[in-house]
Amino acid sequence: MKRRMFVKQLALAASVAAIGLGSTSLYAQGKTVKIGVLHSLSGTMAISETVLKDTVLMAVDEINAKGGVMGYKIEPVVVDPASNWPLFAEKARQLITQDKVAVTFGCWTSVSRKSVLPVFEELNSLLFYPVQYEGEEISRNVFYTGAAPNQQAIPAVEYLMSKDGGSAKRWVLLGTDYVYPRTTNKILRAFLKSKGVAEADIMEEYTPFGHSDYQTIIAKIKKFASEGKKTAVVSTINGDSNVPFYKELGNQGLKATDVPVVAFSVGEEELRGVDTKPLVGHLAAWNYFMSIKAPANDKFIKAWTAYAKAKNIAGHKDKPLTNDPMEATYIGIYMWKQAVEKAKSFDVAKVTAAMAGQTFAAPSGITSTMDAKNHHLHKAVFIGEVKADGQFNVVWKTKGPVKAQPWSPYIEGNDKKKDEPALMAEKKK
Amino acid sequence: MRIVLLVFFFLFSVPALALDKAAVEKLAAGEADERAAAVSALVAEGDQRAAEFLQAVAEGDVQTVEVKGVRRVFIVKGGQAVDALTGEKVDPVPEGAEDVVANNRLRKEIEGGLAALKLLAPERETRLAAAKELASGADAAMLPLVKKALEKETDAAIKPVLEVIAASMEVKGGSKEQRIAAIRRLADSNSPNSRTLLAEAATDADADIKMEAQKSLREVQGKLAWGERAGLLFAGVSLGSILLLAALGLAITYGLMGVINMAHGELIMIGAYTTYVVQVFFRKSDYFDWYLLAAVPASFMVSAAVGMVLERVVIRWLYGRPLETLLATWGISLMLIQSVRTLFGAQNVQVENPNFMSGGIQAFAGVVMPWSRIYIVVFAALVLFLMYLLLTKTRLGLFIRSVTQNRDMASCVGVPTGRVDMWAFGLGSGIAGLAGCALSQLGNVGPDLGQGYIVDSFMVVVFGGVGQLAGTVYAALTLGFANKFLEAVSGAVIAKIVVLVFIIFFIQRRPQGLFAVKGRAVEA
Repeated sequence: MKRRMFVKQLALAASVAAIGLGSTSLYAQGKTVKIGVLHSLSGTMAISETVLKDTVLMAVDEINAKGGVMGYKIEPVVVDPASNWPLFAEKARQLITQDKVAVTFGCWTSVSRKSVLPVFEELNSLLFYPVQYEGEEISRNVFYTGAAPNQQAIPAVEYLMSKDGGSAKRWVLLGTDYVYPRTTNKILRAFLKSKGVAEADIMEEYTPFGHSDYQTIIAKIKKFASEGKKTAVVSTINGDSNVPFYKELGNQGLKATDVPVVAFSVGEEELRGVDTKPLVGHLAAWNYFMSIKAPANDKFIKAWTAYAKAKNIAGHKDKPLTNDPMEATYIGIYMWKQAVEKAKSFDVAKVTAAMAGQTFAAPSGITSTMDAKNHHLHKAVFIGEVKADGQFNVVWKTKGPVKAQPWSPYIEGNDKKKDEPALMAEKKK
Repeated sequence: MRIVLLVFFFLFSVPALALDKAAVEKLAAGEADERAAAVSALVAEGDQRAAEFLQAVAEGDVQTVEVKGVRRVFIVKGGQAVDALTGEKVDPVPEGAEDVVANNRLRKEIEGGLAALKLLAPERETRLAAAKELASGADAAMLPLVKKALEKETDAAIKPVLEVIAASMEVKGGSKEQRIAAIRRLADSNSPNSRTLLAEAATDADADIKMEAQKSLREVQGKLAWGERAGLLFAGVSLGSILLLAALGLAITYGLMGVINMAHGELIMIGAYTTYVVQVFFRKSDYFDWYLLAAVPASFMVSAAVGMVLERVVIRWLYGRPLETLLATWGISLMLIQSVRTLFGAQNVQVENPNFMSGGIQAFAGVVMPWSRIYIVVFAALVLFLMYLLLTKTRLGLFIRSVTQNRDMASCVGVPTGRVDMWAFGLGSGIAGLAGCALSQLGNVGPDLGQGYIVDSFMVVVFGGVGQLAGTVYAALTLGFANKFLEAVSGAVIAKIVVLVFIIFFIQRRPQGLFAVKGRAVEA
């Protein structure tokens, strides 16, 4: 009840504001276009999301310096949803109805994306989502520039099964207790079974958000590993729990040559607070690593280093780091610019149509292509081993970009789902 | 053999023998299987330069480049490049040289090979370390080397380790008698690796081998089970000591003074950040390993100072008004978090452990007790002891106790109650700072650090009984054990829920906690 009132008032305020200012300052005269930036700048997710906001701002500066989008200057509107999932939806509504943004870049956790999704669909606005996720979703209003499970989780497990990865036969699926790890592990369990791994050779463990004492978990892993053949750990631990997890791993002497741990949510940024010397050899699977040698990556890192220095970004001004979600954000905003210029309009339907098949020379060294239908990027998969300095050595990569499968074939009933958002759009009508 | 070769070289002063060129090139730029074979070839060569080269590959110090069809391989260390084959200095490294990446498989091969070479080293320590390295699983191809080492070995500590290694290699292959002998020998071992091997042998087609293996397996498992129990016990003590450190400060401010201090967690956080700042100062000096000696008093002082300022400025106006105190301190906690975030950034900061805190000690079969946790258990005991002395043996302690028991009476006999309040609050805050210093060695140091401990701290104090230090100690240990045992049985998520539910029921049955304060003091 209250919320509806609030929304009504908000809409009223927005329309008044639109009458007052909109007609003069927007599109028509000053030639500016607003974009929304919806990342948590406080709360638990600030650790990961703050740099994504800065990445958007950096890209905006670059684009504006080169004449903007179709001659329009981009004006970013930054809001702080404070790691509070319902607040994400409210802020999204505010961005769309009040600030009239043409597009929004934002969200990290799947739960925040699920929270804003109805808002974007109802108001028919665009969201660019830059983080790897569990799939099981295609919306016509969202472009997913992060990885789907087949672009990260499945190749990583396949690598560990291969001779080079150590021919792992037993598996520990370890994660934080929420939707992304649970869904990913469901997919992985089905995948492992299809490869002939027995039920007894899979152990699944979850810890709460912010868990900080991994003694018993690591003791359990050790025990499990000694009960049979070569064991590998797949970690979907999210957020800052990773620091105590890896510290304990190092202290307890569980070496990567004995029991390798492959992580899907640990990148350069997450390892910033960890002494990585005992962790050499543990793995991470991503679509980008800072250590990738490519001219586009050199340019990206250089731009970020200069930007972090100029804007005095804490941490990054002394030790600039780039990571996969930053790259995905960067690709997203440039693709949007290209699509707008192709469509010659900011109209959502026209831009969406123009997004299909957009390409961009990604910092990961490949040419990223937006799929013609399913709103996901074609991405190359890299597997890296942790080095003593906290960077990653790429030890395996796909030959070329991989098409995303948001509906994982390892979940029952997904074979009937269409690989494009048309279904949802029809439902709406 | 190696020594003989070396002597030979010195006698004839031949320039260093070139390495096997094909092997070096394959290792630098070959396919995965070729590279593994190259490692074996280089190990078989067995001389010092091969070992150095392998070490460099494992550490990622090798670069390679192909110039006009000729592959060149360099060892690059500290900005100086050396040609791996000729040993000549190269300056500069040709353009386009790429790092030679060693993945886990290759690193394991190299480590195993190097360890096998070191088994024949003259120094006892080197041999022992190499034997332990091999004990965690070695390639069966090393068997001849291990056997040779076994023949020469006389040291009582190294010999059994080598015997187990040899046995674990023979279990898989060889004649039936050899295998059975190996299985019997493995029964004496207590490494998790033996369990893996025996479990495999226990499913063997041969009935005799199967029976022997099952017998040995039971023995090894028995030993390992004791280790696991001991490990769990240690985990419980460790968690208990952390809870104790976090709650001890609160036991004074809440338990003795009755101030519901929601900013207690942030005082812990300030202690952790102080440790970080001290560590940054020490980072450039040679005494980095000793920064904790300075960080401990520093974190105490800073947190105590912040606590005393809080007490003087805010809390002393709110004594006896718990709701207002709760809201005010909660507001302060938010302010402290935000100011730290502005000062140091939202990211976690990196607190590196000094060397003596890294790694662990193999105390029981298959159980490693990390040094950092051992030191923190000792530290918690020490803090507890000092606090006990302070409260019972000093004048300040006497004053604190008297003010707690009867403020008016204490005031009447001339105790400066206001100042005592300030000192007591400072003491509680300072201990929170010490907890932060200890926690920085285990987990994250970020602005939200304190939020994770405030609930646990209150839980310990309430469970133990408000106004009781002994209760706090028992409560911390009980909760530590309960958490760890439940975690081992049911997983971390359920364990947390069960403990909370247990406490709810316990407090309903016994609102005064484990230990109740009796007598007239209760009403005061």
